[in-house]
Amino acid sequence: MIYFQVLANGLVLGGLYACIAVGFSLVWGVLNVINILHGTFIVLGSYIALFSYNLLGIHPFVSVVTAGAALYLIGHAVQSTLVNRVIAAPVLMTLTLTFGLDLLLNNLMLVAFKADYRKLVLENPLGQLEIGPVFMPLDRVAAMGLALLLTFLLYRLLRDSRIGRAIVAVRMDREAASLMGVDVSRINAVTFGLGAMMAGAAGSLLSIVYPISPLNSGMFLGKAFVICVLGGLGSVPGAIVGGLALGIIESFGAIWFGPEHAVTISFALLILILIFRPAGLIGKRGFE
Amino acid sequence: MKPWLWLVVFVAACALVPVFGNNYALRLATIMCLYAGLALSWNFIGGMAGYPSFAAAAFFGLGAYVSAVLQSKGLPIGVTWAAAGLGATVFAALIGMAILHLKGHYFAIASLAVVEVLREVVNTAEDLTGGGMGMNIPLPGMPVDVQARLFFFAMLTMTVLLLAVTIVVSRSKLGFGLRCISQNEDAADILGIDTTFYKVAAFCLSAFGVAVIGAIYASWVQYIEPPDVFDILYSVKPLVMVLLGGLGTIFGPVIGAVIYLALEELVWRNFLTVHAAVLGGLIVALVLFLPNGIGAVIRDRTKRAAVRS
Repeated sequence: MIYFQVLANGLVLGGLYACIAVGFSLVWGVLNVINILHGTFIVLGSYIALFSYNLLGIHPFVSVVTAGAALYLIGHAVQSTLVNRVIAAPVLMTLTLTFGLDLLLNNLMLVAFKADYRKLVLENPLGQLEIGPVFMPLDRVAAMGLALLLTFLLYRLLRDSRIGRAIVAVRMDREAASLMGVDVSRINAVTFGLGAMMAGAAGSLLSIVYPISPLNSGMFLGKAFVICVLGGLGSVPGAIVGGLALGIIESFGAIWFGPEHAVTISFALLILILIFRPAGLIGKRGFE
Repeated sequence: MKPWLWLVVFVAACALVPVFGNNYALRLATIMCLYAGLALSWNFIGGMAGYPSFAAAAFFGLGAYVSAVLQSKGLPIGVTWAAAGLGATVFAALIGMAILHLKGHYFAIASLAVVEVLREVVNTAEDLTGGGMGMNIPLPGMPVDVQARLFFFAMLTMTVLLLAVTIVVSRSKLGFGLRCISQNEDAADILGIDTTFYKVAAFCLSAFGVAVIGAIYASWVQYIEPPDVFDILYSVKPLVMVLLGGLGTIFGPVIGAVIYLALEELVWRNFLTVHAAVLGGLIVALVLFLPNGIGAVIRDRTKRAAVRS
């Protein structure tokens, strides 16, 4: 019976993981840029939620909007002023650039917010959800629901809106999109902004689950990597599948092998999947 | 003959440090050799073959731990260093055959994951490695200043060896093949270059150098723990140094290491709390303004001067 509880934990975690990874996957898929800043963007979103709650009493679920908007602006600015300059350079260059930016931003956050782990404690938790043998705090379930809703909204945006279609077009063929009149460098900036927005929103939701510290950025980045490889790159359904898969694998791995091996398992899995199924578990290269 | 001449000049300059310099200079020179060795090692796979490897930290930590464990079993220090190098070479050959068929970002991530897995494995293998407690490595029982010199000369020897190998490789068929791979792997394959073998060879060379340097480092600092020797910065720093000096060149990595160390010392001294931020800013500036390294700027200048006159 414990397995139902473990599975439920994994699913809730997985929904949040999907939201962590979808922005990272979008940037990687469309721009061919590995955004090392992603983890730090997530932590920044958590801090926005923390300060909004502690100083202004705004619930983290509401801060999703402000954190998302703030991070969109930062992401848009970073891409249009810095990353766009070297977007055509080899992989190593863009990776190194975002690594440098991450060192910079993460260090500034350490100075501004200190390395202490802080916890956002909700004064009026929503209580417990109880289905048969499974117990789950309602706040977490709601956070997962919101995370999946946001991910779904991004999916609709990419499918239905004019800007979304332009992003998908750039993803498919940069030159052809440019010839069709798409302003590629603007689309790049919007895409990077959307990736950062999802990171900020995810960070805001995660603030009620994880302790908050700039030191966590590496952990979130690592998870985003694993999920992208699990689910396949640049597709929203891939990120959801990868996120849920990682959540479930981590939960069961912690039960069977002990929590200290959770990281080893997920990274070993990552290497194995890269060797045997480089296109991800779903197996097709997604464009949406 | 010119590269060999520069090699002799480099060795002579370094060998003078223990004669004239104080302990601080000696320590700095040891770190310089360490950095230059890491950069030269990374250059085989990252610079010549053009594969963005982040596995250096894995080999560094592996070398450090192999040497430390063997030393704690009572083996002589030199033997443990050699064992560290050989062990890492075999490990790199196995891992390389598995992940070197990946390209671009995928390869970068797979190599990054190797670091994470090894760190966690060492962290949990407490019986052998002490886990998160780290390992104290017994002193060889000699005065501190003699030790400092010994480790400096060990680092210097390794760096010179790597520099010599770089010169030989870049003039051999292997170097030619690697440059072909970095320009167009499919074309190289069609031309009859055994790309898998060449890539694995470059990866192994890189692993050997990094692991021996890691082993010497472990003996030098006498205490290691997983987050220290499997620090991802050991993967990133060589990359930055090689970018600074010039990808795939012979002396670029050494020049890059010297410049990087100078910057790092200045930054550490003057901006202790924000040194990572300043370092990050430098990396950003480097990518945006000097994408081909400082060497390229100097070469361009001399060329332009030659054209003018």
